[in-house]
Amino acid sequence: MTTTTDYSKIPTSRATTPLRWFLSTGWRHLIGLFLIVYAIFPIVYIVSTSMIGSADIENTSALFSSITFDNYWALLDFSGDTMMRVTSDAGATGMVYADNPFDLWYINTILIGITTSIGSVFLSALAAYAFSRLRFKGRRGGLLSLMLIQMYPSLLGLVGIYTILSAVGRVFPLLGLDSSLGLIMVYMGGSLGAGTYLMYGFFNTIPKEIDEAAKIDGATHTQIYYGIIMPLVAPILAVNVLLSYIGTTSDFVLASIVLTKPQSQTLAVGLQSFIADPYSKNWSLFTAGAVLAAIPIMGLFLYLQKHIISGLTGGAVKG
Amino acid sequence: MAKKATETPMTIPMSKEKQKSIKSLYSGGTPGLRGTIIKIIALAFVDAVAVSVAFVLLAQNQWVALAVLLAVVVIVNWLYLRPAGLPGKYLTPGVLFLLAFQVYVLFLSTTTAFTNFGSANNGDFQQALSAIVDANNEPDPSEDAPYYDVLVVKNQSNGQYGFLMTQANTLYDPADPASVKPVVAVGGPNESIRFLKEGEYKLSDTPSDMSGQYDAISATGYKVVKDPTRLSDAEQAKLSNYHLLLDPNDRFGQFLMANDLQNAITYNLTMIWDEKAQTLTRQTDGAVFKPSDDGFFHINGNVKKERIEIGWQVNVGVKNFVSIFTDPELLRPLGRVMTWTLVFAISSVLTTFVLGLAIALLFDYEKLRGKKLYRSFMILPYAFPGFLSAYVWRGLLNTEHGFVNTTILGGLKITQHLNGGDVQTMIPWLEDPNWAKLAVLVVNLWMGFPYMFLITTGALQAIPAELTESATIDGATPWQSFRLIKLPLLLVSLAPLLIASFAYNFNNFGLIYLLTGGGPSLPEEVSARYDAGGTDILITFVYKIAFSAGRGRDYGMASAFSILIFIVVGGLSLISFRRTKALEEMA
Repeated sequence: MTTTTDYSKIPTSRATTPLRWFLSTGWRHLIGLFLIVYAIFPIVYIVSTSMIGSADIENTSALFSSITFDNYWALLDFSGDTMMRVTSDAGATGMVYADNPFDLWYINTILIGITTSIGSVFLSALAAYAFSRLRFKGRRGGLLSLMLIQMYPSLLGLVGIYTILSAVGRVFPLLGLDSSLGLIMVYMGGSLGAGTYLMYGFFNTIPKEIDEAAKIDGATHTQIYYGIIMPLVAPILAVNVLLSYIGTTSDFVLASIVLTKPQSQTLAVGLQSFIADPYSKNWSLFTAGAVLAAIPIMGLFLYLQKHIISGLTGGAVKG
Repeated sequence: MAKKATETPMTIPMSKEKQKSIKSLYSGGTPGLRGTIIKIIALAFVDAVAVSVAFVLLAQNQWVALAVLLAVVVIVNWLYLRPAGLPGKYLTPGVLFLLAFQVYVLFLSTTTAFTNFGSANNGDFQQALSAIVDANNEPDPSEDAPYYDVLVVKNQSNGQYGFLMTQANTLYDPADPASVKPVVAVGGPNESIRFLKEGEYKLSDTPSDMSGQYDAISATGYKVVKDPTRLSDAEQAKLSNYHLLLDPNDRFGQFLMANDLQNAITYNLTMIWDEKAQTLTRQTDGAVFKPSDDGFFHINGNVKKERIEIGWQVNVGVKNFVSIFTDPELLRPLGRVMTWTLVFAISSVLTTFVLGLAIALLFDYEKLRGKKLYRSFMILPYAFPGFLSAYVWRGLLNTEHGFVNTTILGGLKITQHLNGGDVQTMIPWLEDPNWAKLAVLVVNLWMGFPYMFLITTGALQAIPAELTESATIDGATPWQSFRLIKLPLLLVSLAPLLIASFAYNFNNFGLIYLLTGGGPSLPEEVSARYDAGGTDILITFVYKIAFSAGRGRDYGMASAFSILIFIVVGGLSLISFRRTKALEEMA
């Protein structure tokens, strides 16, 4: 890299004119602006729609034609006549307005998402460590079968999952259908296939000499794992937790099969109920709910974007 | 990068002792006191939970589950208490979950693929027989068939709900000593019918209804439920559909049913099971049904003749797989679905890759300012939760009020041929099969290009600048240096990711299901047995076969499909996997 000549530094005889600037850089900005519009208009649209009162919903052709937070208040207002206190299976207690317990959906989503993502990253990090650092019989076969099992369209295992959960639920209702814990267990079952592979690659990038040196100094394998490896891969773990969280909370099909009671549902299932009935679409409430649901994920995503990008490309394109 | 790839892995000749000493590095080392204590506490906790679960299983006679639990507990304790076997200690927690919810599910699906398991065949023979017998009945037409006024009562000895019944065909008049005695009985889902003696019940003092009938209003040991509609729905359904056999010993005799929880009338079964001959006889026309190998009762056991639509689960061997390749009713939609699946998956990869690459090239310019800002904007569609994107686009693409039609296209009208005439309408994005296909691709492009932008940017930066610089010095135009140098290198490093993207889109259930639901349905297909909509890809089509409530669920067929999909996608991944560096590193 040291031999690279930076041609842009060589002085040229002609001064930079606006036309030359446009031909080299300017047009990129022009297209770039257009691309920004393309990337964000659906998002701007739902933010706008969520702020248009439900009376004007038919007139959505103009963005931000009126600005009101009524939809948000309606969503977050739990002080109606039909208010009741319920406890969800995830353990959250809240006031329910009619049958749209938005607050419970939100809490359930966060509880299920966080438990699942941390649990699965923990499990797959353990496995990735074994595959990366230990040599044992069946290691190669294990890695391959993990990848293959993950290729099974898990969606079609629904019948099996339903059968298992209803059987378990007859003995332990806490782990059966309509329970967050049951759903979390099912999600964790898929974690090994999805996460191990990604993390295996990152564990391999950490020089083995580090843990070998520690071992010579008398460290046990748990000390090496929790004291040396974990801090080194912490950023990647965080990214994996985030990606797993997004994947978990976006799941609709499995969650809709397992969680049937309104108070135990997640946002992905619950919000859908606003627009499921074609004759009473509550589009404005849905958009407000969607904005509230998307904000934390998008915030985290932008905040961690550098790590996420390295997580996506690391395995394939690094030298 | 190029240099590194040409290096051959170094092998150092080693003595046996040295190999041994290196190998010892991979064993656990001497455990410390704190670690041991933590381990023992964790194991004790696991064992305590297991023991309490075991007691529950024991109490419910769940022997198989108990055996599995004990085996798992023993293995786990053995694994963590012995000093050796380090890999097992790290792998077991994840593998246990994997076995329970992936491998076991895979096993269930595989076995299901060889059965006729579905909504019509979801139990064993006895369950099917009971369901058929119970489903085929009619009110007894004869005039003297008994009917009863009923009250819902709670049996105080076992807490179960049942009925207190007073026969209403015969009028009892307390004032007339010659009148027939009242016939009063109790019974219900948890106790067979029992006629009460005088003194065990109390009649009302006044006639209970217009007919002048005096009903029993209480009985010893039973508590009358004042308002049965306040019972749970499940309890009400159980009571109102319960067949109260008049003769508890005659399974095929007459029974009472109180549909409205107020009046019970006598029913006759219209399908009578002959245990000896193993036949069902339909009372209305005398047709004789015999069980057949396909899991249904057919007239005279002939599978070509009429069957009863409640069957039982049987092994059908490879029939489901054979049907997939031979059944014309399935092949017709399947061919269309397969074509569209491939078109969709390939176009998705191509469009997102081309756009992502174009954007990456656009911003891959040293003097460009604000790259980070652009990147932040470009990944927004990727950061936006996927299930919401599909819904939002469904709203955006609405024909009448959608933002795309009304604002972006400014109300542009196109000519459509509808019902023989030309009509001017806005673009029916989600209502016309062809436009819907385009809509799916447009939405997928929006959702997918940021990922491609990110990975191509990464790959572009990994291409050494010397390569393109030397090409430029040799007189190559920018296009030539892109086409002949950058693109081939990009494709080499991105091939595994592109194949993964193809595999992902091949099974992109979420997008299709949430955006179009596989629809719109094609007019000529609406009445077909396997109804594939205009945008159904293979996985959504299979999902419909498995879970579409309207047409009857066929889990066996869906499982057979899922195995085939698994083979296709798994094989594809295996091939791409073999080409990646990961495998070399694993060796």
